[in-house]
Amino acid sequence: MKTDELIDMLSTNVEPVKGGEPRNLLMIALAVGAVAALCLMLAMFGVRANAPGEQNFSIKVLALAVTLGLVAVGTRFLIKSARPGEPGRRPLVLLGLLFFAILSTGIVALALAHPAAWGGMIFGPQWAACLICIPLFAIAPFVSLVWALRREAPTNLARTGAVAGLVAGALGAAVFALHHPGGSIPFLVLWYGGPIVLCSIVGAILGPRLLRW
Amino acid sequence: MGIASPHSKVNPRGPMDIRSHEPELRTLMLAGLDGDASAHKALLTGLSAHLRAYFKGQLARIGRATVDAEDLVQETLIAIHTRRHTYDRSQLLTPWVYAIARYRLVDYLRRTKASVRDVPIDQASEVWADDDAAGVDSTLDLDKLMAQLSPKTRQAIQFVKLDGLSVSEAATRSGMSQSSIKVSVHRGLRALSLAVRQRSHS
Repeated sequence: MKTDELIDMLSTNVEPVKGGEPRNLLMIALAVGAVAALCLMLAMFGVRANAPGEQNFSIKVLALAVTLGLVAVGTRFLIKSARPGEPGRRPLVLLGLLFFAILSTGIVALALAHPAAWGGMIFGPQWAACLICIPLFAIAPFVSLVWALRREAPTNLARTGAVAGLVAGALGAAVFALHHPGGSIPFLVLWYGGPIVLCSIVGAILGPRLLRW
Repeated sequence: MGIASPHSKVNPRGPMDIRSHEPELRTLMLAGLDGDASAHKALLTGLSAHLRAYFKGQLARIGRATVDAEDLVQETLIAIHTRRHTYDRSQLLTPWVYAIARYRLVDYLRRTKASVRDVPIDQASEVWADDDAAGVDSTLDLDKLMAQLSPKTRQAIQFVKLDGLSVSEAATRSGMSQSSIKVSVHRGLRALSLAVRQRSHS
């Protein structure tokens, strides 16, 4: 086929294009994913009578704040990387700093505690549930984010996939935190942070396959 | 910044840096986004010369045959067309075009199992245009491709993109709704892009 023929074809009956806003599509995807993850969580655990968790209320708020913070920063990056070109490094640096802060908080909390208490702090309530449920709750947000990103044109697929995985993992963790009774800070760093990192790695691996265009 | 790229010495005719065409290309792009077909055509024609020179240059530089350059040009033009909505009107056009071109090149090299490390990241200034229009034929056979499309998509592409009927005329003639004509056309162009990709080195 001659390139001129192709150009003729492409420029016959050109439809006007609205100022495409990846932000809107990604926000919709995020909302759909969050609702789906929430429904799954409620279907599995039901609504919790929140009586026994009183003393852990602050740790729960902390877990929610940190995970939703990761979601916010990661989504900002996704909005930028949905368009061809360099998305800029600032959100990635911010994500790195956030992770560094989380990790060091966990280590400091562990260092301040008596070594005899470490076992109890690390293998806190339902650590295995965290490991299974956070990636499980991350599936729906990941699918919806990939669906949205496939309509855009990301040019660095592994990095975009990694951040999509991270956002989905953090959102899954936030949903799980609504159910989970909470625990010590090192517990949260390990059993919330670990699965989120895992989701991000899976996203980085799947990104080049799923987001190709 | 601001220093001439080493390539400007290499090209004796004086390179037509794509960035020096930024204002006019961007104006054409914005008009095309608003539905101006002739501006869109002028944009794609203008870009195809830059892209051809860019792909030939890149393929030659990494020691690859330049015969696939035209396939890459066509892939990129289709991508620019079908992903128009990802262009941010407030930004420069040429970095957006260059990012798509580079993405297509990296994808092509990956597909053909070559090293991708050799593709420079930040050299939009190297998207040269020269007037080398030889070999503007790709390996894609449009008739063969059309035969692979579903009847609905084929008809929509035929009416709207080849015969030049308006969407409403095509809808009346085919008995499809206007929106399904639009969807079919879009789908057909995506299939076309995929076919060009598979055609190079299947």
